[in-house]
Amino acid sequence: MNPVDTSRRAFLGGTAAFAGVALAPGILLYEYAAAKAPGEAVSSAVRWGMLVDTTRCASGCTACVDACHSEHGVPKPARPTDAQWIRKVELKDLRTGAVRSAPVMCQHCAEPPCVDVCPTGASFKRADGIVLVDRHTCIGCRYCMMACPYKARSFVHEPTAGQKTDTPRGKGCVESCNLCVHRVDRGGTPACVEACADAGHRAIVFGDLNDPASEIAQRVRAATTTQLRADLRTDNGVRYLGL
Amino acid sequence: MSTRPAPAHRSPPAWPSGTAPRGFAALAAAGAAVLAVALGAAHYMEEHGHVVTGMGNQVVWGLPHVFALFLIVASSGALNVASVGSVFGEAAYKRRAPVSALLALALLAGGLMVLVLDLGRPERLVVAATHYNFRSIFAWNMILYNGFLAILVAYLWTNLERRFVPLSTPVGILAFVWRIVLTTGTGSIFGFLVSRQGYASGLVAPLFIAMSLAWGLAVFLLVQGALARWHDAPVPEAFRLRLRRLLGVFVATVAYLTAVLHLTNLYWAKQAAFERFILVDGAPYAWLFWAGWAGVGTAVPLVIAFHPRLAGPRATTIAALAVIAGAFAQLYVFIVGAQAFPLEIFPGYATSSAFRDGAVAPYVPSLPEALLGLGGIALAYLIVLAGARLFDVVPRGIDAPAADGGG
Repeated sequence: MNPVDTSRRAFLGGTAAFAGVALAPGILLYEYAAAKAPGEAVSSAVRWGMLVDTTRCASGCTACVDACHSEHGVPKPARPTDAQWIRKVELKDLRTGAVRSAPVMCQHCAEPPCVDVCPTGASFKRADGIVLVDRHTCIGCRYCMMACPYKARSFVHEPTAGQKTDTPRGKGCVESCNLCVHRVDRGGTPACVEACADAGHRAIVFGDLNDPASEIAQRVRAATTTQLRADLRTDNGVRYLGL
Repeated sequence: MSTRPAPAHRSPPAWPSGTAPRGFAALAAAGAAVLAVALGAAHYMEEHGHVVTGMGNQVVWGLPHVFALFLIVASSGALNVASVGSVFGEAAYKRRAPVSALLALALLAGGLMVLVLDLGRPERLVVAATHYNFRSIFAWNMILYNGFLAILVAYLWTNLERRFVPLSTPVGILAFVWRIVLTTGTGSIFGFLVSRQGYASGLVAPLFIAMSLAWGLAVFLLVQGALARWHDAPVPEAFRLRLRRLLGVFVATVAYLTAVLHLTNLYWAKQAAFERFILVDGAPYAWLFWAGWAGVGTAVPLVIAFHPRLAGPRATTIAALAVIAGAFAQLYVFIVGAQAFPLEIFPGYATSSAFRDGAVAPYVPSLPEALLGLGGIALAYLIVLAGARLFDVVPRGIDAPAADGGG
């Protein structure tokens, strides 16, 4: 009987391992392709949005705020100069005394005043409704912050540390909620939505407002929702329920 | 004190040998020192970020913008005298057109310097010059400011180069139209801000034009007086008195438009809280509005401009200084006060948050901001000083009686 050729086995094993390493990202990419293939342009057929159910949003809970800032490498805000991508606002109805709590972030307007006023076009809106800042062309004039009706934008007042690869930040530029565009493009949901669900509140629903079958589209159809400063007709991607 | 010939009109050479004005080097060194300190302050802000200023995420434009807006708006108005000369053909004004244009150019350069050095990324000026969003009034203003600088250079050239003097009238008319559009654009930077209670009004643009007329003339009166003393070339009494009365008319126009703006707001229930903040209980803004703008900036120059016993040169200087002090008070209230007042994001609700929702934003200007602002004035001063030294812009001699006969 001939001795077993172990070198041949080792070769086959190595080949299988190599094939696995080579194929795994492809399989992952296949999953992501369900949202948008890399390199594929975003489409205006999609309108990303969020629905905030203020009746489920717990006063004092900051899970969404903490998750957002941790996701984007933004230090915990403490001073008026610190960036705040999202904040919790406590509300009290002046007539009835009813109390509500709601997160406020970039409202991803269809007619964003920040994009209109930006002199260099650094503030821009993607076809799918996500409003972003191009950090390469932002000159730090802060005119967008003057124009934003929601105080949703922050200026980076000092050198940054602990940056995340998906969220470039830089001193002297303006930034704001980007709807976790890096997650959305891979078929995921924004960090705040995930954190709110993990905390057991499920007060924020994310989805495609243009897809009649999506949860968000069904819920905004079923109940009256509010757009902040609706008088300005900016057609916000973020809607509020219970205000 | 040297005596100079009294030419009928500007005639080269500017300075016959040995008659150059005294102390140029010392005057220039003083201005350069202030400018150097300002550039140092800007560098400090650039190195550390805007955290070393008093500005934050709610009051995003502060003292540098007060200085910059004053200089840019006054620049447009500094051209008043040239406009009256070139557009309306008044000889006494035409003789002073070069000083008027030089001052306009200097003030605009100073204002733009402050604006640019306050940017978060001032080194990206080339980006601003190559990427235009034409929906942005800010982008249009960049074109308007640079165009105005070019037109002013051309206007000065046509005034100072004898061969081109016939062209000075059409170029002067272009400059006049351009400055009106420019100040409309500057006012619209605020007028177009739909979300803020303090702005969002079509009245802001005409108000800025009126402010430019008053502030620019006030600066012109001061500079004219200083240059006259430096060059031993006194300003004819009749001409100064005409400008003094014109200043009064312009100050009254600003007061009228400011009153209309606030009265309109007071009529709207949704603006009542904001008006109460600016006019009654918002410290220091209400105080600056009434004592600074209404008192010092409006009442004092109005009394001086129209009181027959306050017609002396010193009173005119005080009136001009009062207009400028009032201008800073008005701009501080307009720019900082309007941002300090909380944005109304949830009408009908009292709000609170870690981001100061529903709360008045504090703002205390820091030293680097003030120094940067003063640097804009220093640059304008240096340009006027150098321009007056290099070119024959200060009229000497007697105006023709007919030119000063009005009054």
